[in-house]
Formats: sequence, C-alpha cells, structure tokens
Amino acid sequence: MRYALLVCADEHEELTEEEAGRRYAEFMAFSDEMQARGVLVGRERLRPTELSTVVRVRDEGLVVADGPFAETKEQIAGFYVVDCEDLDEAIEIAARSPGARYGTIEVRPVWET
Amino acid sequence: MGDVAGAQAAVAEAFRSEWGRVVGYLIRVTGNWDLAEDCAQDAFERALERWPRDGIPDSPAAWLKTTARNRALDRLRRSKVGQTKLEELAMSTLRSQGDDEDPSGIGDDRLRLMFTCCHPALPVEAQVALTLRTLAGLTTPEIARAFLVPPETMAKRLTRAKRKITEARIPYRVPPAHQLPDRLRAVLAVIYALFNEGYGASAGADLIRRDLCAEAIRLGRLLARLMPDEPEALGLLSLMMLHDARRAARVDAAGELVTLEDQDRSLWDTDVIGQASRVLDAAVRLRRPGPYQLQAAIAACHARAPAAADTDWREIAVLYDRLWQLAPTPVIALNRAVAVAMAFGPESGLALVDELQQSGALSDYYLLSATRADLLRRLRRDEEAQAAYRQALELAPTEAEHRYLERRLAEVSTGR
Repeated sequence: MRYALLVCADEHEELTEEEAGRRYAEFMAFSDEMQARGVLVGRERLRPTELSTVVRVRDEGLVVADGPFAETKEQIAGFYVVDCEDLDEAIEIAARSPGARYGTIEVRPVWET
Repeated sequence: MGDVAGAQAAVAEAFRSEWGRVVGYLIRVTGNWDLAEDCAQDAFERALERWPRDGIPDSPAAWLKTTARNRALDRLRRSKVGQTKLEELAMSTLRSQGDDEDPSGIGDDRLRLMFTCCHPALPVEAQVALTLRTLAGLTTPEIARAFLVPPETMAKRLTRAKRKITEARIPYRVPPAHQLPDRLRAVLAVIYALFNEGYGASAGADLIRRDLCAEAIRLGRLLARLMPDEPEALGLLSLMMLHDARRAARVDAAGELVTLEDQDRSLWDTDVIGQASRVLDAAVRLRRPGPYQLQAAIAACHARAPAAADTDWREIAVLYDRLWQLAPTPVIALNRAVAVAMAFGPESGLALVDELQQSGALSDYYLLSATRADLLRRLRRDEEAQAAYRQALELAPTEAEHRYLERRLAEVSTGR
C-alpha cells in the first residue's frame, strides 16, 4: 500500500551553511536507504513558498495569485511516496526520516487506482 | 435434554472470558473489524442454540474460535474481495497455535489485546471506544453513556475509526515494549471505563456488576506491576481500589443506593483502603501528578474520614481545583461544585452548578440536575428543588437511582 509522507517544517528557520550541508547529507542518506530497501516510489524537495502561485478557475474565470494555500508557520517542504506493508511500516519509515526530527511528517494513504 | 440453564450460564461465562479473545483472533486473521465482530456474535448465538442441546464443549474457547472462524470463511467465500484473505485464513488454520509470539512482554492476554487495540494513529477517544466495543463487548449505548455523548455520535465515531483502520491499513499487531507508554493513556481510560461500567452499571436493575469491577482491578494491578514508573497507572489502581473498598456500603439490604454521606462506614474495607493509600503514596513519590492520582487523593480524603461530618472538604475543594486545571471537563466541574458547596456552603456551589448548566454542557446528565436539586433542597428552595428532582428522574439510567431520587422528591414535596 502506498503512503505519501509530507514533510512539514518551518521554512524560515535560519541555518548555518555547515548545518544546512549536514542536513542535506542526512536527507540524501535517508533516500538512499529507502531506495535500497525498495520502498521508495518517488520524492521531491520543494522550494520555498515565496515562489508559490495559487490558481483557481471559478465562474468569473481564472484567478491567479501569489502565495501558498495558507500562511502558516509550517509548510510542506517536500514529500516522499513509499510503498509498504501497512501504516506501522509507514510510521517506522517516517520516524527514520530526518524530516521527523526537524519538522513533522504527515503520513497520508494514497488512493489506489 | 441436558441442563439448559447450565448451558446458558456457560455461554454467559464464555462471553465474559472469551469475547475479546475471539474477536481479537478474528481481527488478526481477517484484518476486518466489522467481520470479526459479526462472526464472533454469530458464534455466541450458535452456542446458545447448540450447547443446551449438544452439551457444553470440552473447550468452550476453542469451540467458539472455530465456529467464528468458519463463519468468517463462509462470509468471505461469498464476497468477491475475499479470495486472498481466504487463503490467509486457510493458512492460519494450519499454523494453529503458532501465533504466540509476544514482543510486548505483557504476559496477560486481555491486557495485551487492549494495548494492541489502542493504536496511536486513532484519536484517543476512538481507541478507548473501539477497545470497549471490540474486546470488552460493551454495547454502543453503554459506551456512549460512559463518554456522555448520544449513541448516534458514538456509533459515528466507531464507524470513522474502523474506516481509518481499513483505509489507512492500520495493522492489528501486538506492539513492542517500547511503544507501550504511547498507548498507556488510552489503556488506562479503557480500564477505568470498565470499572465504572461495573460500579454504576449504566443500565438495568443490577447496580454493581461485580465481575467488571474485579476484572478492571485485576488489569490495573497487572499494569501497575508492568509499569511501576508510571504514576498514573498506580493512581488509577489506587482510585479503583478506594471505590471498591466502599462497595458493601453503597447499596443497602433492599438494593437501594446509599450516598457517601449516609453510608455505614463500618462496612468499608479498611484493609483495601490501606493498600490503596500505599499505592497512591508510591505514585506521588514519582512527582508527576495526573488526573487519576488527584482523583485517588480525593477518594482517599473521603476514605480517611471516620464520619461524613469529619470530611476535609476544603482539602477536597483544593484537589478539585488542581484536577480542574489538568482536566477541565464538565463532569469534573460538577464535582468541584459539590466540593465547593460542602466546603463553603450550598450557595457558592449552586453558583458553579448554574454556570455549568448555562454553558449547556451535560444537559442530558442526570447528576447535574440531581446535584442542583440537592443544593436547592439544602437552601430550602423546595419548589425549585422539586422541579430539578423531576428533571433528574427523567434522565437517571438505573432503577436504584430512580428510587433514590423518588425518595428525595417525596421529602421536599411533603415539606419534611
């Protein structure tokens, strides 16, 4: 069964270059580990929400605006899609991710088609 | 032929001791909670038909498991999605007793099932409700009453929880020892709800369902032994023991409810009170206060008083203030109001009760009306007291409570 692991974190956290480099390495190691284990379906790291654009089509037509969905402190910084046995395994994988230490991970089942 | 009454008693006994195990077993092999519950139900119904005719099987537990499993097989065979599950089920027959591995170190079967049921991916209230329904076999209305919500709300909550179990694929698996503390809060709530269901049996003529209280205390003891560093586990055990110590005085010879104030304190079990106090001392020494420890401390205050008039109500009012800060629930607010009334006079208590009533919380809770009635009676506002007693009568769940309220109503109506 597939789950999305949405990594939510404070995107304005100031990091030293050294700290940022260390975390990057941790995230890469985690991805490699999941790849080797055969559970990783996909992953993306998202750029800051300053670069986000929201798009809506309503009766009055297309509305394009700046911004993320909601101005909250924590934003989705990236996501993984993993294919695993059950929720306990997804939780176990999420707990190994550096994202769980630096932010919060939301584990959401994916619609199976 | 055969002893019909004896067979029925055996089914009732098996329901008490085996219901949770049969359901737990079926959940494990089918992964389907609704199917598990339905098939367990069918197995017990079949036992009621068969046992009086064919005799009680040598191992009622094995008979029930097999019957329930065959029922599940039948149902799965008829459904389209059942094929793979069917194979697993057939496999599990071969594995027979091979599923004894226990990474939790809990030892006791029922306690282990409770920890298994209380998965932290579900809201705590849903964990508790689901466990009471699935393992303890309480009905949805009984659980609804324990949570003070309408039965429809509870039914929805149970449905949502089961849906998440299925669709997010939450496994039914015994948790390893390091995950137990995460589930403790829900398990404590399950045990306390069982105790309360037994202590003030929410429906019917039997005010105290002794077996439920005894089982809850047994589980509380096991848990306290398993987790001696968890002060709330000790607090809950102490609290249940303190309530249980008063059991003999709580109902009189005619089966009437006797309030704390009027109880014959010589009937209280001082040995049990002593043990409970020591358990509470051990909890307090861990220096992490919590709602169960505070409730136990309140119960201990009552237990210490040689006569009702000696009760240290100021101390109790202080403890309720602290409890209210930790757990600001309407029921605690109501009890706090009673303590304040006793410590500082009915007037100040009534103010808190009225405030609570205006908030709209507990509008269906008979003890709110009953408490209001009682305070009005003490203030000699007899007509208002009568109206409040009548309202309480409409809401009171058990017959013993009805009779108690009728007596009080008669007192205020005749002008004493």
